[in-house]
Amino acid sequence: MKFVDEFREPELVTRTAEEIRRLADPKRHYRLMEVCGGHTHAIYRFGLKDLLPENIELIHGPGCPVCVLPMGRIDDGLSLAEDPNVIFAAFGDMMRVPGAKGSPLEHKARGMDVRIVYSPSDALKLARANPDRHVMFFAIGFETTAPSTALTMMRAKAEGMRNFSVFCNHVTIIPAIRAILDSPDMRLDAFIGPGHVSTVIGCRPYEWIVKDERKPIVVSGFEPLDMLQSIVMLLRQLRDGEAKVENQYKRVVPWEGNRAALRAMAEVFQLRPYFEWRGLGFISQSALRVRDEYAEWDAERRFSVPGVRVTDPKAAQCGEVLKGVLKPHQCKLFGRECTPEHPIGALMVSSEGSCAAYYNYEHRKAAMVNILSQTA
Amino acid sequence: MAHGAGGKASRRLVEGLFAPLLFGASTEPLGDAAHVSVGGVPVAITTDAFVVKPLRFPGGSIGELAVNGTVNDLAVSGAKAETLVVSYVLEAGLPSEILEAEVRAMADAARKAGVQIAAGDTKVVEHGKADSMYITTTGIGSPMRGIKLDPRSVRTGDRVLLSGPIGDHGITILLARGELDLEADLRSDTRSVLPLVQALVRAAGPGLRWMRDPTRGGVATSLNELARDCGLGITLHEEAVPVRDAVRGACELLGLDPLHIANEGQFLAVVAPEYADAAINALNLAPGGEDAQIIGEVSEQPAGSVLVTTSYGGSRIIDMLVGDPLPRIC
Amino acid sequence: MNDDRHDSQQFGGCRMCLAIPGKIIEISPDNPDSALVDVVSVRRRVDLGLLQDDRPQPGDWVLIHVGFAMSKISEQDALDQMQTLRALGEEEAAMQEVQGYSVDEAGNSKPN
Repeated sequence: MKFVDEFREPELVTRTAEEIRRLADPKRHYRLMEVCGGHTHAIYRFGLKDLLPENIELIHGPGCPVCVLPMGRIDDGLSLAEDPNVIFAAFGDMMRVPGAKGSPLEHKARGMDVRIVYSPSDALKLARANPDRHVMFFAIGFETTAPSTALTMMRAKAEGMRNFSVFCNHVTIIPAIRAILDSPDMRLDAFIGPGHVSTVIGCRPYEWIVKDERKPIVVSGFEPLDMLQSIVMLLRQLRDGEAKVENQYKRVVPWEGNRAALRAMAEVFQLRPYFEWRGLGFISQSALRVRDEYAEWDAERRFSVPGVRVTDPKAAQCGEVLKGVLKPHQCKLFGRECTPEHPIGALMVSSEGSCAAYYNYEHRKAAMVNILSQTA
Repeated sequence: MAHGAGGKASRRLVEGLFAPLLFGASTEPLGDAAHVSVGGVPVAITTDAFVVKPLRFPGGSIGELAVNGTVNDLAVSGAKAETLVVSYVLEAGLPSEILEAEVRAMADAARKAGVQIAAGDTKVVEHGKADSMYITTTGIGSPMRGIKLDPRSVRTGDRVLLSGPIGDHGITILLARGELDLEADLRSDTRSVLPLVQALVRAAGPGLRWMRDPTRGGVATSLNELARDCGLGITLHEEAVPVRDAVRGACELLGLDPLHIANEGQFLAVVAPEYADAAINALNLAPGGEDAQIIGEVSEQPAGSVLVTTSYGGSRIIDMLVGDPLPRIC
Repeated sequence: MNDDRHDSQQFGGCRMCLAIPGKIIEISPDNPDSALVDVVSVRRRVDLGLLQDDRPQPGDWVLIHVGFAMSKISEQDALDQMQTLRALGEEEAAMQEVQGYSVDEAGNSKPN
C-alpha cells in the first residue's frame, strides 16, 4: 500500500529504534504523552513499546472521542431515537459503548432502528432514501471529523432536507491538552502531537505549549516509522533543551491547516460555553454546538433532550486513566469487573482506549517471559 | 444476540448450555464434527445452519455455502463426507426462481464435492421471518485412516499452516450488502477443502495434530480456541499470513482485522515440525493450495493465547472475536 | 444477557483517527465534489468538499477520513522523509569512521 508500506519498512524501523536508544540519556526517565487515540492504537497494533528502551514511558492522552463522552450523552441520543420514526445512525465505534440502559447495539436488539454508517454523508443518504423517517446522526470526534459533519449539514440545508438532524458531540483537542497540563498530578516531558486533527487545525494551535509550558511537541503520523521518527525528534529537542513545535507528518499536515474545513466548521458550529468530559470534568469552550442558522438540523433543538447526567460507577477510575495519572491496570476494576467483554467505561470499549489496548497487550504479556527471544 | 457470531459468546453458549445438557459426560474438546460409532462402524457426523444476507454474492450463494460448509467441517475433523441431508426454512412469498436457483447451486456444489444429497425437508414460515431462506445441512462421512486429531496432542514447536488467503468471504458479503460505497474485485472463497485435506493427510498424516476451518470469527478465533484447548501459546507471523490486497484495503478502510474475518474455503492445520515441509509442499502442489503458508508455531507462552509478531520484533495479543462485526455472513 | 456489550476492538476499529491514503481515479462529471478513489484496489466514492481550495486531480493521492478527503499527500515530502530516515544509520556509520582515528604527535592519523 503506497504511503503506508514504506513507513513500515522493517530495516528502517530497526535503524530508527537504534537511533532512539542512542539518543535516550540513560540517566533520564522520559515521559512522553501521545494525545490522540489513533496513536495509542498504533503503539499497540505495531508493538512499538517493544522497540523502545526502558526509560522511555509512553503515556496515553485523552484523545479518544468515544472514551471522553459521558454516558449521559449516549443515553440522551438513544432516548431521541426511541420514537419508531427515528433512525439512529452512528459510527461503528459507538455501537458498543455502554449507556445506562444499554449500548446502541443492545437497543437495536430490543427493536430500535440503529444503523452503522461509515461517513456522515451515509447518514444523509439514509435520510434521502427514507423520506418518511427521520435520520438522527450521532456525531462524535475531534476537529478531524467535525468539518465532515459540518459540510454534510450544509448540504442538508442546501437541499432543504427536513428529515435529517445531528446530535453533536464534537469536542476540541486544545482544551483537553490544557486540562492535562493543568492537572497537578501530571508530569510530562513532551508530546507526540495529534496527526489527523492537525490536518484541519494546522500546527499553530500548539504554540502555547512550547511558549508557556516549555514542552516540545512533534505532530506525528501513524505508521511505525512516523511515530519512531517523532520520538527521535522529541529526544533531540529534550537533549538540546529546546521546546518547539515540529511537523513530522509533513506529507499530510499543512502548517496552516485546512482553511476550507475550518470555514465549514465555523459556518455550522460554535463553541459551547462548557461541556462535560468523562474523567476531566467540565471544560469551558471545549465542545461544539450547532449554530442557530442550522437549528433545524440540530437534534437537540428538533427534539427535547432529557439532559441526563450519569456518573461513572465510583470505583471506576476512568478519569485518572484518561489523564494518564493511573495506568489502566491500576484502576481497581481493571481486569475484574471491567474487561473488553463487560466494559464499565468507554476506555475498555474503544480500541483506541488505553484500557482495552492495555488489556489485550500488556496484561496478558506480563505473564510471558522472553517471548521475543523465542520467536527471533 | 452476539451468540451466533462465532466468537466468545457462541462458545459460552455451546460450552455453558448445550454441552452439559446435550452432550452428556464427554470430556472431549468440542470439535467441528463428532466421530461416533454406529453399529460398530466408525462414522463422522456434523450439522450446520446457513444464514446469509444477501443470498447470492460474487463467488457463490447460500446453497453452495450449505454444501461446502458441511463437507469442510467433516474434512477438518478428519473425515470424508459421503452424504448430506438438507432442511430448508423458507419465508412465505419467496419467489420460486430463487428457491430453484439455490437448489441447483446445491446440486452443483454436491457434485463438485463428491457427495450425495440423500434427503430433505422444507418448512415455510411467515413473511418477515427467515431472511428469505435458512438452510441446514447435516453430513455423514467416513473417518480418514492414519490420523488422530486432538488438540491435546499439540506440542511446543508444532507448526501452524494456513491453506490460502483470508478474509475473502466476509469482505465479499459485506460489500455485497451494498450499504457501503465500496467496490472491489473480490469473490467468496467458498469451496470444498477436502482434496487439500486429503493431500495433507497423505503427506503428513502421522504428524497432523489438529485442523479447523476458520469460518465465523476468522483465523484468530479458531487459533484462540486451540490455544485454550491445548493450554499452549500460538505465535503468528503477521507478514506470513496471505491476504489479498483488496481485503487489506477494505479492512484498512473499515478498521477491521483480516484475522477476524470469516472464510469459507480455507483451513488451518497444526503439524509436527518434522512433517512441516512435506505438509506445505503437498499443499502448494495441490490444485487450489498454491497460496498455502506456514504462518506460525506453537509456543510455551503466551499460554492459552495467540501472539501476532510484526517483521521488526513488535508484537500484540489477538483475542477471539468478541461481538459481531459482520452479522449474517455464513 | 449482556453479551452484546463487547469491545469494539475488532469491530470497525475506531474510526476517529483512522485516515488512510487513496488515489483519485476520476472526478464525477456531474459533481466536482465527488471522486472515485482507489485504496489498495478497493474503490470508493469520496467527498472532496473539504479540498475545494486546492482541488486534487486524478492521479493525486489524498488522505481519507470518514468518507471525506482531508488533505493532499505530498509525494515529495514522503520521499524527503524516507531520505532523512535512511540517513540516520549513515550518519552514525560516518561518525564511527571519524571516531576510529586520532592524530599522533607527529600529526599522522592512526586507528584507535
